[in-house]
Amino acid sequence: MSSRAAATARIVQQNSIIVLIALLVALAGLIEVIRPGAVNANWVSNILEFAAPLGILAAGQTLVVITGGIDLSVANVATAAAYIMASQAPFGVTRGIVAGLLVGVVVGLVNGVGVAVFRVQPLIMTLAMGLVVTGTLNVYSQAAVRSVPGVPAVIHTLGSGTVLEYVPVSLFLWAVLAAVLIIGLRGTGFGRLLYALGDNQEATRLAGVRGWQVLLTNYMACGLLSAVAGIVLAGTVNAADLSLANILLLPSVAAVVIGGTSIFGGSGSYSGTAVGALILTVLNSVLTLLDVPDAVKQVLYGAIIVLLAAAYTRVLGRD
Amino acid sequence: MAAAPNDDSLTDSGSLLEASGLAKHFGPVVALRSADLRVRGGEIHALMGANGAGKSTLVKILTGALTADGGTIRLGGRARTFRSTSEARKAGLICVYQDPSLLPDLTVLQNLILTATPISSFRRYLADLGLGGFDLSTMPRELARPTLSLLDLARALAIEPQLLLLDEITASLPADLTSRVFSVARQLRAEGRSVIFISHRLAEVSALCDRATVLRDGKTVGVVEPAQGGEERIVKLMLGPVAEEVAAEAASPSTPATGAVAVEVRDLKAGTLNGVSFTLRFGEVLGVAALEGQGEKELFDCMAGVRRPESGQILVGGKARSFGHPADAIRAGLVLIPADRLQALLRQRSVRENIALPFVNRIARWGPINPRREKRRVATAVKRLQIDTRVTSEVRRLSGGNQQKVGIARWLAGGFKTLLCFDPTRGIDIGTKRQIYGLVKELAANGSAVLLFTSELPEIQLACNRVIVLFGGELVDEMPASDADERALLRAAHGLPSEEGE
Ligand SMILES: Nc1ncnc2c1ncn2[C@@H]1O[C@H](COP(=O)(O)OP(=O)(O)OP(=O)(O)O)[C@@H](O)[C@H]1O
Ligand SMILES: [Mg+2]
Repeated sequence: MSSRAAATARIVQQNSIIVLIALLVALAGLIEVIRPGAVNANWVSNILEFAAPLGILAAGQTLVVITGGIDLSVANVATAAAYIMASQAPFGVTRGIVAGLLVGVVVGLVNGVGVAVFRVQPLIMTLAMGLVVTGTLNVYSQAAVRSVPGVPAVIHTLGSGTVLEYVPVSLFLWAVLAAVLIIGLRGTGFGRLLYALGDNQEATRLAGVRGWQVLLTNYMACGLLSAVAGIVLAGTVNAADLSLANILLLPSVAAVVIGGTSIFGGSGSYSGTAVGALILTVLNSVLTLLDVPDAVKQVLYGAIIVLLAAAYTRVLGRD
Repeated sequence: MAAAPNDDSLTDSGSLLEASGLAKHFGPVVALRSADLRVRGGEIHALMGANGAGKSTLVKILTGALTADGGTIRLGGRARTFRSTSEARKAGLICVYQDPSLLPDLTVLQNLILTATPISSFRRYLADLGLGGFDLSTMPRELARPTLSLLDLARALAIEPQLLLLDEITASLPADLTSRVFSVARQLRAEGRSVIFISHRLAEVSALCDRATVLRDGKTVGVVEPAQGGEERIVKLMLGPVAEEVAAEAASPSTPATGAVAVEVRDLKAGTLNGVSFTLRFGEVLGVAALEGQGEKELFDCMAGVRRPESGQILVGGKARSFGHPADAIRAGLVLIPADRLQALLRQRSVRENIALPFVNRIARWGPINPRREKRRVATAVKRLQIDTRVTSEVRRLSGGNQQKVGIARWLAGGFKTLLCFDPTRGIDIGTKRQIYGLVKELAANGSAVLLFTSELPEIQLACNRVIVLFGGELVDEMPASDADERALLRAAHGLPSEEGE
């Protein structure tokens, strides 16, 4: 690598967030070019509203990817949590929410036990759990629920209400969670250990860390965040059907990768993921504007992930 | 003082490789200022220098893994620049780098195919290196460090290079394998090919190499012939003005310790280790002398909680303990510094996070970190070991020796009662080595207990009060350090009775 390229690499590395934000602005610019006047306060408000559930879902994914794992059950968990929340809400909204969140924690616990204690490959474990969750949810919906449950008003407000006309309520929740994650990853022992495990499990063990405790807790945190994301999403679309969040699985991984977290673990940040979630939402908006069919969208998503992953390896010299 | 290589009259036609004025910087860090190197055909040429002097950077430039900022490389009289390692390979230059380079998740065979290595000649060299029946479908992930190094070496040899570069290959090898590497290198020399050999062990350099080029702070400071009493000069050149200080700090006679018992090992059995008992006291450095594979690794692993013994006891403070995890041993005050830094370090993380890792190793410490306190503790350890942290980012950007020091600094900062050092000075330069032994003695003097294994027998006397010798998994001898000269240790380590006993 020439020293000029090396210098560029360093600047990009230290300011990758800025580069991502520039990309975000460029995409917004593209929309404005395609349809002048489209980018206004209302549009921004909409983007934030739709980015929030994805951003929260990708938060859990970020935690897991940093440890060198992956959670393919996040979308199924989000769907199940929202559905159970809605179906339990008639007995009390709090009960509904607690039940929904519990789904996340319990699935996370099982994932954690599988990965951390029985050392099942995260990919296999969470893929299987995702199927189990979806299957169980279908059984539950047929056995216990008579009609498609409605979304309680509070949740609807949480997911699609606004303050001062333009500021989505869900943005507040997302901002708080983001702050906790960003500060927590950098400034707590638990955060340190996630990076350490992702970098070198053996070294972490030699330093006296019982890795299973960390991983188990982490998968539970991821499950909980997925459940929160599902509940918020149910509010945003004002429905809780059996496939609510399923389309968000790939975007949750994509947001993490776009945000610069290494898929092999050991490095990354939530701020990157959050911007990644915004980029994906804006991109979706561009493609919708261009009337691109869903299948083509999927292809484009895939292509973008590959391109960005390649760019990261190139520029940052990751091995 | 030193003959600058520019004015020595080596511009003869015999030069295979001539590099001059090579420079390289990484951002603000200058890795090479002005390196000159001339290697003749049919010569084994040593490259010497302290940790961070720029040796690895130089060989990476020569083999196209890095591009120089300035300077010229001439090969067989023709100016060349290699933009990639495969270009260098085509020109007959290949390097076995300091860290293993096989991809861990492909089989060895797949790795070979990926690099277009001729398989039959690879097998032949592997047999020369003593790995005759090696199964090529093994995953490198499952292999030990010495084997990985030999595979890398055989892969390099298989392309029949004109110039072979070996970056600290012997640091991870036991003595018998080292001698195999030597004979392969001599064989190349006999065929008129050349070898560049990097090692921190002077004895190896003087046994093997025809000439040595010494680097200091990224500059070539001299070319020496090590065989003819050049060793002293090499050390002086390497260390520069600090050489005197270091020499003064060397061996001071150690007295037997009389502190309380820190750890007692009773009839410990695990793998090759076959019933070993001894006591380790506070205030002493107890050396473990052994040729590779006599159970010393198992002993350290059991004491550090890395593996469970098959039988026997480890008593700490008089109480029998059972360590199921390193965390248990660390709680009891026993910490391990492994020889292989790749095993102990988080390569993508910062020096600070690496050193601070034990600070957060319990659930009770998962909460917020106090950054000021952490910074202070880390800084103290970094200063004590003089770790070169000009690059504050990832540990993988430090030179090999400085990485090793980070692993040691972790426990200086983390705290312990008993230090288990398993060959802590692999890949560490002479100056720093003495520093580390000084440090170990100082730790003992301040009341810690230290158990130290080193693969370099002459160094036992530098650091230890007392030595135990392992052979065939059993404790065959014990002596005060004053009697433990290399001769005595070698005899004992080979299972021979001491000379007086005969
Ligand atoms: N990729 C890199 N980025 C930044 N700095 C680097 C990089 N590689 C090497 N350096 C720095 O360049 C200097 C020379 O390093 P080099 O690895 O060449 O030393 P060395 O002589 O091989 O030392 P050792 O004996 O410890 O292996 C060191 O200060 C090191 O930190
Ligand atoms: Mg080096």
